[in-house]
Amino acid sequence: MPDGPFGLDPLVWAVLRLVIAVGLAVFIVLNGALLQIYLERKIQALMQDRLGPLHTGPLGLLQTIADAIKLLGKEDIRATVTDKWFFLAAPLIVFSPMLASFAVIPFSKDFVGADLNIGLLYLTTLGSMTVLGIVIAGWASNNKYSLIGGLRSAGQLISYEVPQILSLVIVVLVSGSLSMVAITESQPGLLVNLVVLPLAFVTYLISALAETNRNPFDLPEAESELVAGFLTEYSGMRWGVFFLAEYGQITVVSSIITTLWLGGWHGPGVDALPVLGVLWFTLKTYLIILIFMWVRATLPRLRIDQLMSFCWKALIPTTLANIAVTAALLLAFPHSLLPVAIANWVMLGLFLAAIPYFQRRRLAATRKRLRVNVRGGVATEGT
Amino acid sequence: MPDYNLSYLYVFVFFLTGALFTSLLLGISRLIAPRKQTREKLRTYESGEEPVGQAWGRYPTHFYVFALLFVVFEVDVMFLIPWAVFFRSFGWVGLAEMSVFIGILVVGLVYAWRKDALTWY
Repeated sequence: MPDGPFGLDPLVWAVLRLVIAVGLAVFIVLNGALLQIYLERKIQALMQDRLGPLHTGPLGLLQTIADAIKLLGKEDIRATVTDKWFFLAAPLIVFSPMLASFAVIPFSKDFVGADLNIGLLYLTTLGSMTVLGIVIAGWASNNKYSLIGGLRSAGQLISYEVPQILSLVIVVLVSGSLSMVAITESQPGLLVNLVVLPLAFVTYLISALAETNRNPFDLPEAESELVAGFLTEYSGMRWGVFFLAEYGQITVVSSIITTLWLGGWHGPGVDALPVLGVLWFTLKTYLIILIFMWVRATLPRLRIDQLMSFCWKALIPTTLANIAVTAALLLAFPHSLLPVAIANWVMLGLFLAAIPYFQRRRLAATRKRLRVNVRGGVATEGT
Repeated sequence: MPDYNLSYLYVFVFFLTGALFTSLLLGISRLIAPRKQTREKLRTYESGEEPVGQAWGRYPTHFYVFALLFVVFEVDVMFLIPWAVFFRSFGWVGLAEMSVFIGILVVGLVYAWRKDALTWY
């Protein structure tokens, strides 16, 4: 056990450190949810030429707090046909792994709950455990909408888990460790992984959107077709716990991106004052969260077969090729990251150019088929 | 040198706190929320219609082929992660072996693709 500061007994310090770490994680989840819901509503409103929350408190700042208190006072309804224990356990199964993810995230130098040597693997495991909770919630509700929502969530998981971990493997190739602290320390200064591995960043960002059920991948809770999907039967604070977990998951995913691609807590003035690292880390994390919100306001929802075929036909081949190229270049040029960076930027360009190319080809094929059908006297839409 | 056993204890406490915190929130809600249950309230929601039957029936999961592929690729990824950590010490030989391993799986993916297993009907 490490010795504590101020001559504290190691055992006392270990317990105290644990209490502080857990308390901070809960604080971050609650505070993050409050802030993110407000930001989301305000930013979406700005992007859609509306005003957003305005009346509760200055600039509508107290709106989320009012909503939280309202949720606490709502009746908790559990329909008679639901599977009681699974229905009650599902919010816990979603929430606990999300909170446990904060244990390994390094907020600043020596400012991490537990520096596991398999940190990255641990985080991906917890990410898929959340989906398990969603599937359980969908099944236990005994509601058709919920069941379809839960199964869609499972379908999403089995597609996006693979490119997500493959993108992480690319970062591990460069940093040579699975520990979040070691990955942060491998990228001091301006040469962060975003500059070296931009394609892995883009593929991970897309998979992360799917993992957190955000637009354009919010199929499990599609409001307009599934009436909130797996959440349909939940009400009151039980619903609120799911919501907290969702925003907490966004914070976790953004923190992972910050640690892996944006250099974590590194920033000007951190060496002199380690607390500044927390500030830099938070700023970078919220930058990623803002990208998430921007995507949500911009893109429409995908259809589930489009979602899965995009993953299996575009993302997985791309990431596999990326791993092969990056590994070969790292072995060929062991002392310089420049060839890797150039290759990755070229591949990113190809990836971004290929999407509209294939879309146009597919559109042309559809048009051709339609024309044939009309000429044949059968004016159907085709299959 | 960090104490790994202690680290896993920390992780366990994080899990426990998650469960306790959720229970606390739900407990507060139970204390202050009203409870007036009626037959209509406790019925399954089906957009205002009378609920028909149960949802625990047979449900066609079109994506079972994807699920099979997922199992294969997930195992593949499990082998990739330790290789990625130590790939510098394995060198070109390790890269060649890994390429053969992934290559076989990619052939499988291409086969599934050509057989239209990745298309929904």
